[in-house]
Parts: sequence; C-alpha cells; structure tokens
Amino acid sequence: MKGRRGGLIAIGIGLAVFLALASYPFWQAAGKAMPGPDLDLETPAIRALPARECIAPTDEMKTRHMQILDEWRTEVVRNGRRTFETPDGRRFEMSLTGTCMKCHSNKERFCDRCHDYAAVKPKCWDCHNVPEAAGETAAAPVTGKGTGK
Amino acid sequence: MIDRERRRLLKIAGTLVLGSMLPVLPCSASSGKGIVPAAGAGRLAMVVDPGKCPPGCRDCIDACHTIHNVPDIAGSGKQIRWIRQVPFRNAFPEQGHPYLDDGRRDVPVLALCNHCENPPCVRVCPTKATFRRSDGIVAMDYHRCIGCRFCIAACPYGSRSMNFRDPRPFLRSVNPDYPTRTRGVVEKCNFCEERLAKGMPPACVEACGKRGGLLFGDIADPSSEVRRLVRDRRTVRRRPELGTEPHVFYIVS
Amino acid sequence: MDRMAAGRRIGWLWTGILVIIFAAGGFAYLRQLQEGLGITGMNQDISWGLYIAQFTFLVGIAASAVMLILPYYLHDYKLFGRITLLGEFLAVAAVLMSVTFIIVDLGRPDRAFNVILHASPTSILFWDMVVLTGYLLLNLVIGWSVLESERKGVPPPGWVKPLIYLSIPWAVSIHTVTAFIYAGLPGRGFWLTAIMAPRFLASAFASGPALLVLVCLVLRRYTAFDAGREPLQTLGKIIAYALAASIFFVLMEVFTAFYSGIPSLADHFEYMFHGLEGHGPLVPWMWTSAVLAVAALAVLLVPSLRRNEAWLAAACAAVFVSLWIEKGLGLIVTGFVPSPTGEIGTYVPTVPEIAITLGVWAGGLLVLTLLYRLFTAVKAQMEPRALRAAAKGAGEP
Repeated sequence: MKGRRGGLIAIGIGLAVFLALASYPFWQAAGKAMPGPDLDLETPAIRALPARECIAPTDEMKTRHMQILDEWRTEVVRNGRRTFETPDGRRFEMSLTGTCMKCHSNKERFCDRCHDYAAVKPKCWDCHNVPEAAGETAAAPVTGKGTGK
Repeated sequence: MIDRERRRLLKIAGTLVLGSMLPVLPCSASSGKGIVPAAGAGRLAMVVDPGKCPPGCRDCIDACHTIHNVPDIAGSGKQIRWIRQVPFRNAFPEQGHPYLDDGRRDVPVLALCNHCENPPCVRVCPTKATFRRSDGIVAMDYHRCIGCRFCIAACPYGSRSMNFRDPRPFLRSVNPDYPTRTRGVVEKCNFCEERLAKGMPPACVEACGKRGGLLFGDIADPSSEVRRLVRDRRTVRRRPELGTEPHVFYIVS
Repeated sequence: MDRMAAGRRIGWLWTGILVIIFAAGGFAYLRQLQEGLGITGMNQDISWGLYIAQFTFLVGIAASAVMLILPYYLHDYKLFGRITLLGEFLAVAAVLMSVTFIIVDLGRPDRAFNVILHASPTSILFWDMVVLTGYLLLNLVIGWSVLESERKGVPPPGWVKPLIYLSIPWAVSIHTVTAFIYAGLPGRGFWLTAIMAPRFLASAFASGPALLVLVCLVLRRYTAFDAGREPLQTLGKIIAYALAASIFFVLMEVFTAFYSGIPSLADHFEYMFHGLEGHGPLVPWMWTSAVLAVAALAVLLVPSLRRNEAWLAAACAAVFVSLWIEKGLGLIVTGFVPSPTGEIGTYVPTVPEIAITLGVWAGGLLVLTLLYRLFTAVKAQMEPRALRAAAKGAGEP
C-alpha cells in the first residue's frame, strides 16, 4: 500500500514537471506580444504608381499570393501565356521578378518580414532573381540549406 | 488479449495517419480569371548553315549562355551546355568516312536540342517536367523536375545537361531578366521561348545575325524562310533513322 | 548450444557493423543533400552510376523469390515449403533497397512525390514505381501472414493463396519493367535490345537464389534453422540453368554486335572487354565477371562438385559477384560510352558515393537480418528438433 502511494506521488511529480517544461513557451511569454511584421511599402516604384494597387486587392494578396504565383507559374511555363488582366482591365506580365518585384523591390523589408515571422522559407529565390535594390546583389549563391529537403 | 488489442490499436493508428494525409492531396482550383491567351506559332524549327560559321566564332553560344544564366563549370565533365560545338564526325557519325580531310571531319557543327516532333525525353519523363508545346518547343518545367536524369539517358543527341551542383557560384554574370536554376534539375535549350513571346528571335540567331549561320521560323508556314530553305537546299538532320523527327536542319554544302 | 551462443554473438557483431556503415552512409547522404550530386562521380556523359546500378541489380534479387514460390505453390515441390518465407523476406529487403537507391539518385528528392502527383503513364519509371510498390506490399502481406500463421501453428488464411499466385507474374513484371527502362531508349544502342528483359530475368534467377543458398548456409551455421541439403541442391540446379541462360544471352549479344560489325553496337562491347581509344576502366571488372560466371557454371553443373556444399557456396558467391558486376556498373556505364556525340566519358565513383551505396546496402541488410531473426525465432519455436532431424535424414544422399 505504501509503495503504491509512493509510486503515485512520483508519477504526479513527474507529470507536473513535464507539464511545466512543455508549457514553458506559453507561460514564459505571457503578457508579452511578439511584434507583428512591419512591411515596408515605400519603394520608389510604388510611390510612382498612380494608385497604390497591386494585381489584386490587399486582402486577397495576403491570403492567396502563393496560390496566385502557382497559377501564374502554370500559365507561363506550361501554357505559354504571359499576360494577366485584372478585373478592371490592367495588364501585367506574369512574372515574380519582372512584375511583383518591380514594385516590391525591397525583398528584405517586405517579403522576408512576413516570411521570417511565419517561419516560412519559400524556395522561389533559389532560381528567380532578386532585383537590384540598395546594396543587394541580384543573385546570391544558395547556401544549400533549404533546397534539398 | 494483449495481442489483439495491440493489433487493433495499430490498425486504428494507421488509418488515422493515412486519413490525415487526405487533406494534403492536391485539390486543383485554377481561377483562370483575367488571363489573356497569347498567339501561337505553327511549328517552330531551326536551320543551321555550318558553312557560314567563321573559324573560332562562339557568338551564338556566348549569347545563349549569357542570357540564360548558364553556369561555366569547365573542366569537370559537369559543364552545362544549351548549345555547343561538336566535330562533324560526331554530330553525323553516319556521314563520316575515312577519306574526309581533317578539316571536314573536325569542322565544328552546332549541336542543340532538336525539339523533336516525337521526343523520347518527353516520353520517359515521370513527372512531365519536360513536355511538348503545341508550337513544337520541347519545354522544361524546372519547378517540377525531380532530377532523375531519365531524359538525359533517353535523348539520342546529348542535348541535355544536369545541374550536379548549385549553378549560381559558377555564373560569370547574371542576367536579371531570366531566372537561374537550382542544383538537381536538368536543363537544355528552350528555343528562347521567353524571347519569342516578346516577338524577338532566339538569342543565338540574333547573335549570328547577318552571317546567316542560324535561321529560325515557323516551318509549317510555306512562306517562311526556314521552309524555303529545307525545300530548296539539301539538308540533313541528326540521326533521323531513330524516328524522333528532329526540327533542327543542317544545310549540306 | 555453443553454436547458438556463437551465433548470437556473431549476430550482434554483424548488426553492429551494419549500423555503423548505415550511419556513415547517412552522413554522406546529408552531405549530398547539401551540395548536390556533384559530390558523386557522375557527369554529363555518364549521368547514371553506382546508385542506379545497385537499383537495377537489386530488382533482380527481389524478383528471384519467385524461384522458390513457383515450384512450391504451383508444382507442390514440398522441399521448398520451409524456405519460401526466406525468399519473400529477401524480396521485401531488396525492393526497399532498390527504391532507396532511386531516392538517393534523385537530384531533387524533395520533389519525389511529383511522380504520383503528376503521374505519367508514358514513363517507364512511373510503371516501375507502381510494380515495385505493389510487389513490396504483396511480399510484406504474404510474408507477414504466413509467418504469423506458423507462429500460431495454424495454416495460413485462405486469402493469402491468390496473393501468392499473383506474386509469381508480378515478380516477372518488376524485372521486365526495369528492363524496359533501358530497352526502349532509341539513342542508347547498347541497351536497345529485345532480349534485355530476358537477360534481366535470367540473371535475376541466378543471382537471387545464389544469395538464398548462402543465406541458408549461414542460418544453418549460426541459428537453429536448417533448410536441409536437398533444397539447396535444387536451388543449385536452378542457379545453374539460369546462369547458363544468362551467359548464353550475353554471348548472343556479343555475336550480334560483332558479326554485324555495326559500330553503334560493337563499340560498347569493345569498351567493356578491351577498351576504346585507350579508355578501359571496366575491362578488368568485366573479365573477372566473365571468368567467375563460367567457373561457377562449371562447378554447378558437375554433380560431385555441387553436392559438396563448400564448392556450392563458392560457386554461389561467384555467381552473385559476377552478376553484380555485369548487371550493375557493367550495364549502366557501358550504355553511356560512347556518348551520343562520340565522347568516351570517365566515371569513377567518389568516396561519398561509395559510402552512401554501402549505407543503403547496410540498411537493407539490417532489414533482412531483422526479418530473418523473426523467421528463425518462429521456426525454432514451432519446429521440434525431431522434425529437423528427420528432414536432415531424408536429405542425405
């Protein structure tokens, strides 16, 4: 009987220690907030636009930009079609480097900010060039960490 | 019994794992909205006139490799080439004979992807990463290629190259308007489809220019230059007996 | 009892060594994932090498299970009844190794799923994936349920029989489809032969059973399981005939190549057995393979030699090595030399490449060891010694 109770106490202590360790990230950060990504939209190209519009509304771009890029990829690479037309009649070439990044030429202060926050490592720039922004080279060598997995 | 319980548990766990993978299966939803179709050509082809190549000239190769960010990995057997010079006796082994003088036998002939009508590489690709377009171009989808190199084995012309390493450190210069590739995918000449889409000729053809060593056009169009050439001049293709129907024609002078 | 203790010790040593080799291969593969296939000896001329060679050879080993299944289940050859499971488990390990070799050969293994997502029925690699997966599942299910039934002392459930019958043509199909990978390529004269699939099958039915004979001898020495003498003798005869067919097929190829005199056929054989333009790295290997094959055939055909199990073991080892060379690098590298533009490429496997190759072999052998441990454990539990003695007595000449 005594051994049994002692065993239960030991299990209880172990469980409590485990729960404390496992929930450490939560109670350690309680009350603090990680600042959200601070996106820099003030590029020369965007400032020069007549209206600050992307190829689709901001909400749609936020949720669907990767799907849109996939659709563009299929259209360009597999169907040979390169022109995209918005519902209000504006035409764009379907190109990450050539269109998206012409306006969003500050990858480190725009694209990377959200991606780093969300711990996402898109492989697009392993191939697609980053346009020359202040101090950046167009195509940095891939360090090889993300590509093979 | 313990045995039966454990087996039931394993079956349930396995089904759960498999079931949880279902949402991962692709649901293709293509919007197709707002996309304007481009005009397509009939059937693209190239005519090469080896007689017009000045000795030592590499303008076409340099233009192609510069514009397409083809790396220079010399001296290792891992060199990537979209277009290259091959001695005549190797490009046309069935045409060589012992009485050719050395000049004729070794004269460099341009070798590139023949954009075959019946391409073996497309047939063997397990992911359709290489595929035939309706205008005849045998295209590469670098996003899909798994690097199995079955296409390299299948190509009878040696036109394809594998990126055994990351190409970026080996780029002498970068053309920002064209992507690079990553290691692990196969690449080859694409008949400059990105330039054709903008109404420009292939880079090699433009670099050769007035010398007339390279000509390009729609061979299905009876009035095109390439069509006239293959009709009026004697041309050969590489290894035609294989049934690949290559669409790069070499003028025999 | 001493033998059992020694067997257990050897077993731990064997497993330990395999784990070390597997780990070394794992580290080398991590490096390959980082840097790419550039760390191997493959190049633009010879773009397939050691990995694909192992894949090709191992599909043959996997198919060889049929040489135990067919006589027992179709022709009631009772002597194979106790060892069909060995063949099925060998098939499982061999298929796992084959598929792993394909994965390590991929430039972008992170995209391997594309083969399923974008299925391409015109591609033989697609069909190879289908038949190999099916064969793996077949043998796993069959092997597992038969072993389980034996452990419980009951006959296997009824639904296993049709699966076993299915595994017979399926075994033939896996190696035929693998042969089709090579035999349908218009630009590679060395591989473009209608007898590629028959050659693959003949060498599979020689090399696989040869490995099984060696395994049975090892199991007899180090575990409680004794397959008996007669089954090994029958396997020896099967190996002899399959090997004879395999050698015959190679000679047929040689005849067509050299009598026709067509360079696109003959050049490859000249490269293998003599060298081309001073390049002949495969020459010593191919002659070794040829000599081993002929010598092994001689031993297997002479009854007094075959009945001597030491000679039988030597012959089986020779068959295995000979065909590993001939259906491995001998087949793959030669297909690429000369290249379509006449270049004589060179291929030398690098140290990381060899390490990865050995690592995959070690992993497969670990799986095999585990399955065979289960096998011998069940057999030892269910087969009383008397039965074993009776079988041995019946097997004496």
